[in-house]
Amino acid sequence: MNRREFLNSALAASTAMFAPAVIGQAAPRVVVVGGGFAGASCARALRNAGPRIAVTLVEASATFTACPFSNAVIAGLRELSAQQFTYERLIADGISLVRATASAIDAQARQVTLADGTRLPYDRLVLAPGIDIRWDALPGYGESVAERMPHAWKAGEQTLLLRRQLESMEDGGLVVISAPANPFRCPPGPYERASLIAHYLKARKPRSKLIVLDAKDAFSKQRLFQNAWTELYAGLLEWIPLSKGGKVISVDAATNTLATDFGRHRAAVANVIPPQKAGRIAEAAGVADRSGWCPVDPASFESKLQPGIHVIGDAAIAGAMPKSAFAANAQAKVCAEAMAVLLNGGVPSAPKMINTCYSLVSPDYGISVAGVYRPADGQLTEVPGSGGVSPVDAPRATRALEAAMAEGWFRTITGEVFG
Amino acid sequence: MRALVAAAVAVGWIVPSSAAPPAGAAACSGCHAASTRVATPVARLAGRDPADIVKAMREFREGARPATVMDRIAKGFTDEEVQAIAAWYAGKR
Repeated sequence: MNRREFLNSALAASTAMFAPAVIGQAAPRVVVVGGGFAGASCARALRNAGPRIAVTLVEASATFTACPFSNAVIAGLRELSAQQFTYERLIADGISLVRATASAIDAQARQVTLADGTRLPYDRLVLAPGIDIRWDALPGYGESVAERMPHAWKAGEQTLLLRRQLESMEDGGLVVISAPANPFRCPPGPYERASLIAHYLKARKPRSKLIVLDAKDAFSKQRLFQNAWTELYAGLLEWIPLSKGGKVISVDAATNTLATDFGRHRAAVANVIPPQKAGRIAEAAGVADRSGWCPVDPASFESKLQPGIHVIGDAAIAGAMPKSAFAANAQAKVCAEAMAVLLNGGVPSAPKMINTCYSLVSPDYGISVAGVYRPADGQLTEVPGSGGVSPVDAPRATRALEAAMAEGWFRTITGEVFG
Repeated sequence: MRALVAAAVAVGWIVPSSAAPPAGAAACSGCHAASTRVATPVARLAGRDPADIVKAMREFREGARPATVMDRIAKGFTDEEVQAIAAWYAGKR
Protein backbone atom coordinates (compact mmCIF):
# COMPACT_ATOMS: atom_id res chain seq x y z
CA MET A 1 0.00 0.00 0.00
CA ASN A 2 1.51 3.34 -0.97
CA ARG A 3 1.13 6.50 1.03
CA ARG A 4 -1.84 7.80 -0.95
CA GLU A 5 -3.72 4.51 -0.70
CA PHE A 6 -3.04 4.42 3.01
CA LEU A 7 -4.35 7.95 3.50
CA ASN A 8 -7.45 7.19 1.44
CA SER A 9 -8.29 4.10 3.43
CA ALA A 10 -7.64 5.95 6.70
CA LEU A 11 -9.95 8.72 5.53
CA ALA A 12 -12.62 6.21 4.57
CA ALA A 13 -12.32 4.55 7.98
CA SER A 14 -12.61 7.84 9.83
CA THR A 15 -15.61 8.89 7.73
CA ALA A 16 -17.24 5.56 8.46
CA MET A 17 -17.10 6.36 12.16
CA PHE A 18 -19.42 9.29 11.68
CA ALA A 19 -21.72 7.79 9.02
CA PRO A 20 -21.79 4.02 9.15
CA ALA A 21 -22.32 2.55 5.71
CA VAL A 22 -25.69 0.85 5.70
CA ILE A 23 -27.17 -1.15 2.86
CA GLY A 24 -30.49 0.39 1.91
CA GLN A 25 -31.50 3.42 3.97
CA ALA A 26 -28.83 5.46 5.69
CA ALA A 27 -28.81 5.26 9.46
CA PRO A 28 -30.14 8.43 11.09
CA ARG A 29 -27.45 10.58 12.68
CA VAL A 30 -27.80 12.22 16.08
CA VAL A 31 -25.10 14.54 17.37
CA VAL A 32 -25.05 15.32 21.10
CA VAL A 33 -23.09 18.38 22.20
CA GLY A 34 -21.97 18.26 25.84
CA GLY A 35 -20.91 15.22 27.88
CA GLY A 36 -22.35 16.06 31.30
CA PHE A 37 -25.23 14.32 33.06
CA ALA A 38 -27.66 15.39 30.34
CA GLY A 39 -25.58 14.79 27.22
CA ALA A 40 -23.80 11.59 28.25
CA SER A 41 -27.11 10.12 29.55
CA CYS A 42 -28.81 10.99 26.27
CA ALA A 43 -26.06 9.50 24.09
CA ARG A 44 -26.24 6.29 26.07
CA ALA A 45 -30.05 6.16 26.13
CA LEU A 46 -30.05 6.63 22.35
CA ARG A 47 -28.06 3.41 21.96
CA ASN A 48 -30.99 1.61 23.61
CA ALA A 49 -33.82 3.63 22.09
CA GLY A 50 -32.64 3.18 18.51
CA PRO A 51 -29.67 0.86 18.02
CA ARG A 52 -29.38 1.85 14.35
CA ILE A 53 -29.01 5.54 15.15
CA ALA A 54 -25.41 6.73 14.67
CA VAL A 55 -24.63 8.66 17.86
CA THR A 56 -21.79 11.18 18.05
CA LEU A 57 -20.93 12.88 21.33
CA VAL A 58 -19.02 16.17 21.10
CA GLU A 59 -17.14 16.98 24.31
CA ALA A 60 -13.92 18.92 24.79
CA SER A 61 -12.84 17.37 28.11
CA ALA A 62 -11.42 13.86 28.45
CA THR A 63 -12.72 13.75 32.02
CA PHE A 64 -16.12 14.74 33.38
CA THR A 65 -16.13 16.32 36.85
CA ALA A 66 -19.53 16.01 38.54
CA CYS A 67 -21.01 18.88 40.53
CA PRO A 68 -23.24 16.88 42.93
CA PHE A 69 -21.15 16.18 46.06
CA SER A 70 -18.53 18.73 45.01
CA ASN A 71 -19.55 20.78 48.07
CA ALA A 72 -18.17 17.88 50.13
CA VAL A 73 -14.87 18.27 48.26
CA ILE A 74 -14.79 21.97 49.19
CA ALA A 75 -15.33 21.06 52.85
CA GLY A 76 -12.50 18.49 52.75
CA LEU A 77 -14.85 15.52 53.17
CA ARG A 78 -14.14 13.98 49.78
CA GLU A 79 -11.49 14.03 47.07
CA LEU A 80 -12.13 15.52 43.64
CA SER A 81 -11.14 12.19 42.03
CA ALA A 82 -14.39 10.71 43.44
CA GLN A 83 -16.21 13.24 41.21
CA GLN A 84 -14.40 12.34 38.01
CA PHE A 85 -15.48 10.00 35.24
CA THR A 86 -14.29 9.14 31.72
CA TYR A 87 -16.11 8.28 28.52
CA GLU A 88 -14.52 4.86 27.89
CA ARG A 89 -17.71 2.90 28.50
CA LEU A 90 -19.67 5.17 26.17
CA ILE A 91 -17.12 4.55 23.40
CA ALA A 92 -17.37 0.81 24.11
CA ASP A 93 -21.16 1.13 23.63
CA GLY A 94 -20.58 2.32 20.06
CA ILE A 95 -20.86 6.07 20.66
CA SER A 96 -18.43 8.12 18.53
CA LEU A 97 -16.68 10.53 20.89
CA VAL A 98 -15.32 13.68 19.26
CA ARG A 99 -12.95 15.55 21.58
CA ALA A 100 -13.68 19.09 20.45
CA THR A 101 -15.61 22.26 21.18
CA ALA A 102 -18.67 22.98 19.04
CA SER A 103 -18.32 26.56 17.86
CA ALA A 104 -21.33 27.04 15.56
CA ILE A 105 -24.59 25.39 14.55
CA ASP A 106 -26.26 25.76 11.16
CA ALA A 107 -29.87 24.79 11.89
CA GLN A 108 -30.89 25.07 8.21
CA ALA A 109 -28.07 22.90 6.85
CA ARG A 110 -28.24 20.71 9.97
CA GLN A 111 -24.52 20.87 10.67
CA VAL A 112 -22.37 21.37 13.75
CA THR A 113 -19.10 23.22 13.17
CA LEU A 114 -16.24 22.35 15.51
CA ALA A 115 -13.53 24.76 16.64
CA ASP A 116 -11.08 23.33 14.06
CA GLY A 117 -13.59 23.88 11.22
CA THR A 118 -14.74 20.25 10.93
CA ARG A 119 -18.44 19.93 10.16
CA LEU A 120 -20.67 17.19 11.55
CA PRO A 121 -23.98 16.69 9.72
CA TYR A 122 -26.96 15.56 11.78
CA ASP A 123 -30.59 14.55 11.38
CA ARG A 124 -31.32 15.61 14.95
CA LEU A 125 -29.12 17.55 17.33
CA VAL A 126 -29.08 17.52 21.13
CA LEU A 127 -27.58 20.48 22.94
CA ALA A 128 -26.64 19.77 26.55
CA PRO A 129 -24.22 22.62 27.23
CA GLY A 130 -25.02 23.14 30.91
CA ILE A 131 -24.44 26.64 32.21
CA ASP A 132 -22.16 29.54 31.49
CA ILE A 133 -21.42 32.30 33.97
CA ARG A 134 -22.87 35.69 33.01
CA TRP A 135 -19.56 37.47 33.50
CA ASP A 136 -21.05 40.88 32.78
CA ALA A 137 -23.93 40.60 35.28
CA LEU A 138 -22.05 41.54 38.46
CA PRO A 139 -19.93 44.73 38.42
CA GLY A 140 -16.35 43.99 39.45
CA TYR A 141 -16.63 40.28 38.74
CA GLY A 142 -15.12 38.52 35.73
CA GLU A 143 -13.14 35.53 34.54
CA SER A 144 -9.83 36.70 36.03
CA VAL A 145 -11.49 37.79 39.30
CA ALA A 146 -12.83 34.22 39.67
CA GLU A 147 -9.22 33.18 40.34
CA ARG A 148 -9.35 35.32 43.49
CA MET A 149 -13.06 35.04 44.33
CA PRO A 150 -14.01 31.56 43.06
CA HIS A 151 -17.53 30.69 41.94
CA ALA A 152 -16.86 26.92 42.15
CA TRP A 153 -20.16 26.46 40.28
CA LYS A 154 -18.53 24.27 37.64
CA ALA A 155 -16.71 21.45 39.40
CA GLY A 156 -12.97 21.08 38.89
CA GLU A 157 -10.16 23.57 39.47
CA GLN A 158 -12.58 26.13 40.93
CA THR A 159 -13.71 23.56 43.51
CA LEU A 160 -10.12 22.93 44.59
CA LEU A 161 -9.34 26.66 44.65
CA LEU A 162 -12.16 27.37 47.10
CA ARG A 163 -11.08 24.42 49.25
CA ARG A 164 -7.47 25.64 49.37
CA GLN A 165 -8.60 29.14 50.35
CA LEU A 166 -10.63 27.73 53.24
CA GLU A 167 -7.73 25.52 54.32
CA SER A 168 -5.26 28.39 54.35
CA MET A 169 -7.63 30.82 56.10
CA GLU A 170 -6.78 31.61 59.71
CA ASP A 171 -9.20 30.74 62.50
CA GLY A 172 -11.48 33.72 63.05
CA GLY A 173 -11.78 34.62 59.37
CA LEU A 174 -14.96 35.70 57.61
CA VAL A 175 -16.26 33.52 54.78
CA VAL A 176 -18.89 35.08 52.50
CA ILE A 177 -21.02 33.22 49.96
CA SER A 178 -23.17 35.22 47.56
CA ALA A 179 -26.18 33.38 46.13
CA PRO A 180 -27.87 34.53 42.90
CA ALA A 181 -31.51 35.17 42.03
CA ASN A 182 -33.49 32.40 40.30
CA PRO A 183 -33.06 30.57 38.00
CA PHE A 184 -29.64 29.01 38.44
CA ARG A 185 -27.98 25.57 38.49
CA CYS A 186 -28.78 23.48 41.57
CA PRO A 187 -31.26 25.56 43.62
CA PRO A 188 -30.33 24.04 47.03
CA GLY A 189 -26.61 24.09 46.17
CA PRO A 190 -25.56 27.37 47.83
CA TYR A 191 -27.22 26.32 51.09
CA GLU A 192 -25.68 22.84 51.09
CA ARG A 193 -22.34 24.54 50.45
CA ALA A 194 -22.89 26.95 53.34
CA SER A 195 -23.80 24.00 55.58
CA LEU A 196 -20.73 21.93 54.74
CA ILE A 197 -18.36 24.89 54.97
CA ALA A 198 -19.91 25.65 58.39
CA HIS A 199 -19.29 22.00 59.32
CA TYR A 200 -15.63 22.44 58.36
CA LEU A 201 -15.28 25.72 60.25
CA LYS A 202 -16.98 24.35 63.37
CA ALA A 203 -14.51 21.46 63.51
CA ARG A 204 -11.33 23.20 62.36
CA LYS A 205 -11.71 26.98 62.72
CA PRO A 206 -14.44 27.52 65.30
CA ARG A 207 -13.85 31.27 65.81
CA SER A 208 -14.65 31.92 62.14
CA LYS A 209 -17.94 33.14 60.70
CA LEU A 210 -19.89 32.42 57.54
CA ILE A 211 -22.34 34.85 55.95
CA VAL A 212 -24.62 33.98 53.03
CA LEU A 213 -25.62 37.10 51.08
CA ASP A 214 -28.71 36.17 49.08
CA ALA A 215 -30.44 37.90 46.14
CA LYS A 216 -33.64 36.05 47.19
CA ASP A 217 -36.00 35.99 50.15
CA ALA A 218 -36.76 32.27 49.83
CA PHE A 219 -34.87 29.18 48.74
CA SER A 220 -35.14 25.43 48.24
CA LYS A 221 -35.72 23.31 51.40
CA GLN A 222 -35.45 26.57 53.37
CA ARG A 223 -37.14 25.50 56.59
CA LEU A 224 -35.17 22.25 56.74
CA PHE A 225 -31.90 24.06 56.18
CA GLN A 226 -32.66 26.80 58.69
CA ASN A 227 -33.77 24.33 61.38
CA ALA A 228 -30.57 22.35 60.87
CA TRP A 229 -28.46 25.53 60.99
CA THR A 230 -29.99 26.46 64.34
CA GLU A 231 -29.35 22.95 65.60
CA LEU A 232 -25.79 22.55 64.26
CA TYR A 233 -24.28 25.92 63.39
CA ALA A 234 -25.88 28.54 65.67
CA GLY A 235 -23.73 31.68 65.88
CA LEU A 236 -21.51 30.51 63.06
CA LEU A 237 -23.72 30.75 59.96
CA GLU A 238 -25.83 33.79 59.13
CA TRP A 239 -28.18 34.04 56.13
CA ILE A 240 -29.02 37.55 54.92
CA PRO A 241 -31.99 37.61 52.52
CA LEU A 242 -32.75 40.16 49.79
CA SER A 243 -35.15 42.11 52.01
CA LYS A 244 -32.45 42.55 54.68
CA GLY A 245 -29.89 43.78 52.18
CA GLY A 246 -28.52 40.44 51.00
CA LYS A 247 -28.25 41.20 47.30
CA VAL A 248 -24.64 41.66 46.19
CA ILE A 249 -24.47 44.56 43.72
CA SER A 250 -20.73 44.64 43.12
CA VAL A 251 -17.47 43.04 44.19
CA ASP A 252 -13.95 44.39 44.59
CA ALA A 253 -11.27 41.79 43.97
CA ALA A 254 -8.44 44.00 45.29
CA THR A 255 -9.91 44.00 48.80
CA ASN A 256 -11.97 40.77 48.53
CA THR A 257 -15.06 42.83 49.34
CA LEU A 258 -18.70 42.21 48.43
CA ALA A 259 -20.99 45.26 48.39
CA THR A 260 -24.75 45.36 48.95
CA ASP A 261 -27.10 48.35 49.11
CA PHE A 262 -26.77 48.13 52.91
CA GLY A 263 -23.05 47.73 53.40
CA ARG A 264 -19.75 46.12 52.54
CA HIS A 265 -18.42 42.74 53.61
CA ARG A 266 -14.67 42.29 53.50
CA ALA A 267 -14.07 38.55 53.35
CA ALA A 268 -11.11 36.32 54.10
CA VAL A 269 -12.68 33.88 51.64
CA ALA A 270 -15.29 35.06 49.13
CA ASN A 271 -17.32 32.55 47.14
CA VAL A 272 -19.27 34.45 44.49
CA ILE A 273 -21.99 32.32 42.88
CA PRO A 274 -22.86 34.62 39.99
CA PRO A 275 -25.92 34.83 37.71
CA GLN A 276 -25.89 32.21 34.95
CA LYS A 277 -27.26 31.40 31.49
CA ALA A 278 -27.36 28.43 29.13
CA GLY A 279 -23.96 27.29 27.86
CA ARG A 280 -22.54 29.44 25.05
CA ILE A 281 -23.42 27.16 22.12
CA ALA A 282 -27.15 27.56 22.92
CA GLU A 283 -27.00 31.24 22.03
CA ALA A 284 -24.89 30.52 18.91
CA ALA A 285 -27.48 27.95 17.78
CA GLY A 286 -30.35 30.41 18.28
CA VAL A 287 -32.14 28.21 20.82
CA ALA A 288 -31.77 30.58 23.81
CA ASP A 289 -34.37 33.30 24.34
CA ARG A 290 -33.84 36.72 25.91
CA SER A 291 -33.71 35.16 29.37
CA GLY A 292 -30.51 33.35 28.33
CA TRP A 293 -32.19 29.94 28.71
CA CYS A 294 -33.82 27.63 26.15
CA PRO A 295 -37.59 27.15 25.73
CA VAL A 296 -38.46 23.55 24.77
CA ASP A 297 -41.42 21.30 24.04
CA PRO A 298 -42.16 19.45 27.31
CA ALA A 299 -42.66 16.05 25.65
CA SER A 300 -39.70 15.91 23.27
CA PHE A 301 -37.38 18.69 24.53
CA GLU A 302 -37.25 19.97 20.96
CA SER A 303 -36.42 23.67 20.88
CA LYS A 304 -39.37 26.01 20.45
CA LEU A 305 -37.07 28.28 18.43
CA GLN A 306 -35.19 25.88 16.10
CA PRO A 307 -36.75 22.65 14.79
CA GLY A 308 -34.50 19.58 14.80
CA ILE A 309 -32.54 20.80 17.84
CA HIS A 310 -33.32 19.42 21.30
CA VAL A 311 -32.11 21.07 24.52
CA ILE A 312 -31.84 19.15 27.80
CA GLY A 313 -30.40 19.66 31.27
CA ASP A 314 -29.55 22.94 32.97
CA ALA A 315 -29.73 24.94 29.71
CA ALA A 316 -33.42 24.13 29.13
CA ILE A 317 -36.45 25.96 30.50
CA ALA A 318 -38.14 22.87 31.95
CA GLY A 319 -41.06 24.48 33.78
CA ALA A 320 -41.30 23.24 37.35
CA MET A 321 -38.31 20.89 36.99
CA PRO A 322 -35.21 22.28 38.69
CA LYS A 323 -31.75 22.50 37.13
CA SER A 324 -30.35 19.33 38.71
CA ALA A 325 -28.30 16.32 37.61
CA PHE A 326 -31.26 14.06 38.41
CA ALA A 327 -33.58 16.13 36.20
CA ALA A 328 -30.95 16.27 33.43
CA ASN A 329 -30.68 12.48 33.44
CA ALA A 330 -34.46 12.02 33.36
CA GLN A 331 -34.86 14.57 30.56
CA ALA A 332 -32.05 12.89 28.60
CA LYS A 333 -33.81 9.53 28.62
CA VAL A 334 -37.16 11.06 27.65
CA CYS A 335 -35.48 13.06 24.88
CA ALA A 336 -33.71 9.95 23.53
CA GLU A 337 -36.96 8.00 23.33
CA ALA A 338 -38.74 10.96 21.73
CA MET A 339 -36.00 11.36 19.11
CA ALA A 340 -36.16 7.67 18.21
CA VAL A 341 -39.92 8.04 17.70
CA LEU A 342 -39.55 11.28 15.70
CA LEU A 343 -36.83 9.79 13.47
CA ASN A 344 -39.26 6.97 12.75
CA GLY A 345 -41.99 9.43 11.75
CA GLY A 346 -44.01 9.02 14.94
CA VAL A 347 -45.32 11.36 17.62
CA PRO A 348 -43.71 11.14 21.10
CA SER A 349 -46.06 10.24 23.94
CA ALA A 350 -46.42 12.39 27.03
CA PRO A 351 -43.60 11.63 29.48
CA LYS A 352 -43.64 11.52 33.24
CA MET A 353 -40.48 12.51 35.03
CA ILE A 354 -39.13 12.54 38.56
CA ASN A 355 -36.63 14.74 40.31
CA THR A 356 -35.01 13.99 43.63
CA CYS A 357 -32.36 16.28 45.10
CA TYR A 358 -30.55 15.42 48.29
CA SER A 359 -28.56 17.98 50.24
CA LEU A 360 -26.11 17.31 53.04
CA VAL A 361 -26.32 19.65 56.03
CA SER A 362 -23.51 17.66 57.64
CA PRO A 363 -21.93 14.36 56.54
CA ASP A 364 -24.62 12.29 58.29
CA TYR A 365 -27.54 14.72 58.00
CA GLY A 366 -29.33 14.58 54.65
CA ILE A 367 -32.52 16.31 53.48
CA SER A 368 -34.34 16.00 50.19
CA VAL A 369 -36.87 17.47 47.81
CA ALA A 370 -38.71 15.28 45.31
CA GLY A 371 -41.19 15.98 42.54
CA VAL A 372 -43.13 14.20 39.79
CA TYR A 373 -43.69 16.13 36.55
CA ARG A 374 -45.73 15.82 33.36
CA PRO A 375 -46.59 18.17 30.50
CA ALA A 376 -49.67 20.35 31.07
CA ASP A 377 -50.61 23.48 29.11
CA GLY A 378 -47.36 23.34 27.16
CA GLN A 379 -44.97 23.11 30.07
CA LEU A 380 -43.68 20.67 32.65
CA THR A 381 -45.88 20.89 35.72
CA GLU A 382 -45.85 19.08 39.05
CA VAL A 383 -48.40 16.30 39.45
CA PRO A 384 -50.80 17.67 42.11
CA GLY A 385 -50.53 15.99 45.50
CA SER A 386 -47.09 14.50 44.82
CA GLY A 387 -43.59 15.54 45.77
CA GLY A 388 -42.36 17.79 48.55
CA VAL A 389 -39.52 17.99 51.03
CA SER A 390 -38.37 15.77 53.91
CA PRO A 391 -40.57 16.00 57.02
CA VAL A 392 -39.61 18.89 59.31
CA ASP A 393 -39.90 16.71 62.43
CA ALA A 394 -38.00 13.64 61.20
CA PRO A 395 -35.65 11.94 63.70
CA ARG A 396 -31.87 12.04 63.19
CA ALA A 397 -31.98 8.40 62.03
CA THR A 398 -34.03 9.53 59.02
CA ARG A 399 -31.55 12.32 58.29
CA ALA A 400 -28.71 9.77 58.42
CA LEU A 401 -30.64 7.46 56.08
CA GLU A 402 -31.18 10.30 53.62
CA ALA A 403 -27.45 11.09 53.71
CA ALA A 404 -26.77 7.43 52.83
CA MET A 405 -29.40 7.55 50.07
CA ALA A 406 -27.73 10.64 48.64
CA GLU A 407 -24.49 8.69 48.26
CA GLY A 408 -26.45 5.75 46.81
CA TRP A 409 -28.10 7.99 44.25
CA PHE A 410 -24.74 9.39 43.17
CA ARG A 411 -23.32 5.91 42.72
CA THR A 412 -26.35 4.74 40.72
CA ILE A 413 -26.55 7.70 38.40
CA THR A 414 -22.82 7.89 37.69
CA GLY A 415 -22.78 4.09 37.20
CA GLU A 416 -25.67 4.33 34.76
CA VAL A 417 -24.23 7.23 32.82
CA PHE A 418 -20.47 6.56 32.83
CA GLY A 419 -19.98 3.01 34.22
CA MET B 1 -54.58 2.85 11.52
CA ARG B 2 -53.22 0.35 14.02
CA ALA B 3 -52.23 -1.98 11.17
CA LEU B 4 -50.48 0.91 9.48
CA VAL B 5 -48.48 1.69 12.62
CA ALA B 6 -47.60 -1.99 13.06
CA ALA B 7 -46.46 -2.17 9.45
CA ALA B 8 -44.38 0.97 9.85
CA VAL B 9 -42.68 -0.52 12.90
CA ALA B 10 -42.15 -3.83 11.07
CA VAL B 11 -40.37 -2.19 8.14
CA GLY B 12 -39.07 0.76 10.11
CA TRP B 13 -35.36 1.40 9.98
CA ILE B 14 -35.20 1.82 13.73
CA VAL B 15 -35.67 -1.53 15.39
CA PRO B 16 -36.33 -1.02 19.10
CA SER B 17 -33.95 -3.15 21.18
CA SER B 18 -36.73 -3.76 23.68
CA ALA B 19 -40.11 -2.24 24.43
CA ALA B 20 -39.80 1.49 25.04
CA PRO B 21 -39.90 2.27 28.77
CA PRO B 22 -43.35 3.31 30.01
CA ALA B 23 -43.91 6.89 31.18
CA GLY B 24 -41.98 7.45 34.39
CA ALA B 25 -39.74 4.39 34.20
CA ALA B 26 -36.90 6.39 32.72
CA ALA B 27 -36.92 8.66 35.76
CA CYS B 28 -37.18 5.80 38.29
CA SER B 29 -33.90 4.50 36.92
CA GLY B 30 -32.16 7.66 38.13
CA CYS B 31 -32.03 5.91 41.53
CA HIS B 32 -33.14 2.34 40.80
CA ALA B 33 -30.71 1.19 38.13
CA ALA B 34 -32.27 -0.51 35.11
CA SER B 35 -29.26 -2.80 34.99
CA THR B 36 -28.09 -5.22 37.70
CA ARG B 37 -24.51 -4.15 36.83
CA VAL B 38 -24.71 -1.04 39.00
CA ALA B 39 -23.87 -1.54 42.68
CA THR B 40 -26.01 0.64 44.97
CA PRO B 41 -27.67 0.65 48.39
CA VAL B 42 -30.94 1.77 46.75
CA ALA B 43 -33.53 -1.06 46.48
CA ARG B 44 -32.95 -3.12 43.34
CA LEU B 45 -35.96 -3.26 41.02
CA ALA B 46 -34.36 -4.81 37.91
CA GLY B 47 -35.55 -8.40 37.58
CA ARG B 48 -37.92 -8.12 40.54
CA ASP B 49 -41.40 -9.67 40.73
CA PRO B 50 -43.75 -6.92 39.46
CA ALA B 51 -46.29 -7.75 42.19
CA ASP B 52 -43.72 -6.71 44.84
CA ILE B 53 -43.20 -3.32 43.21
CA VAL B 54 -46.95 -2.69 42.78
CA LYS B 55 -47.57 -3.59 46.45
CA ALA B 56 -44.71 -1.42 47.69
CA MET B 57 -45.84 1.58 45.66
CA ARG B 58 -49.41 1.26 46.94
CA GLU B 59 -48.14 1.13 50.54
CA PHE B 60 -45.83 4.11 49.98
CA ARG B 61 -48.76 6.10 48.59
CA GLU B 62 -50.96 5.20 51.54
CA GLY B 63 -48.23 5.92 54.09
CA ALA B 64 -48.29 2.29 55.21
CA ARG B 65 -44.60 1.70 54.49
CA PRO B 66 -41.60 3.56 55.97
CA ALA B 67 -40.04 5.87 53.40
CA THR B 68 -37.57 8.65 52.80
CA VAL B 69 -38.64 10.00 49.38
CA MET B 70 -40.82 7.20 47.98
CA ASP B 71 -43.97 8.29 49.82
CA ARG B 72 -43.74 11.65 48.04
CA ILE B 73 -42.92 10.14 44.64
CA ALA B 74 -45.51 7.32 44.75
CA LYS B 75 -48.31 9.89 45.04
CA GLY B 76 -47.45 11.06 41.52
CA PHE B 77 -48.24 7.74 39.82
CA THR B 78 -51.48 5.88 39.05
CA ASP B 79 -51.92 2.12 39.55
CA GLU B 80 -51.80 1.60 35.78
CA GLU B 81 -48.51 3.51 35.47
CA VAL B 82 -47.00 1.58 38.37
CA GLN B 83 -48.04 -1.74 36.81
CA ALA B 84 -46.41 -0.81 33.50
CA ILE B 85 -43.21 0.34 35.23
CA ALA B 86 -43.11 -2.83 37.36
CA ALA B 87 -43.50 -5.03 34.27
CA TRP B 88 -40.71 -3.11 32.52
CA TYR B 89 -38.31 -3.58 35.48
CA ALA B 90 -39.20 -7.29 35.68
CA GLY B 91 -37.74 -7.76 32.21
CA LYS B 92 -34.42 -6.07 33.10
CA ARG B 93 -31.32 -8.04 34.08
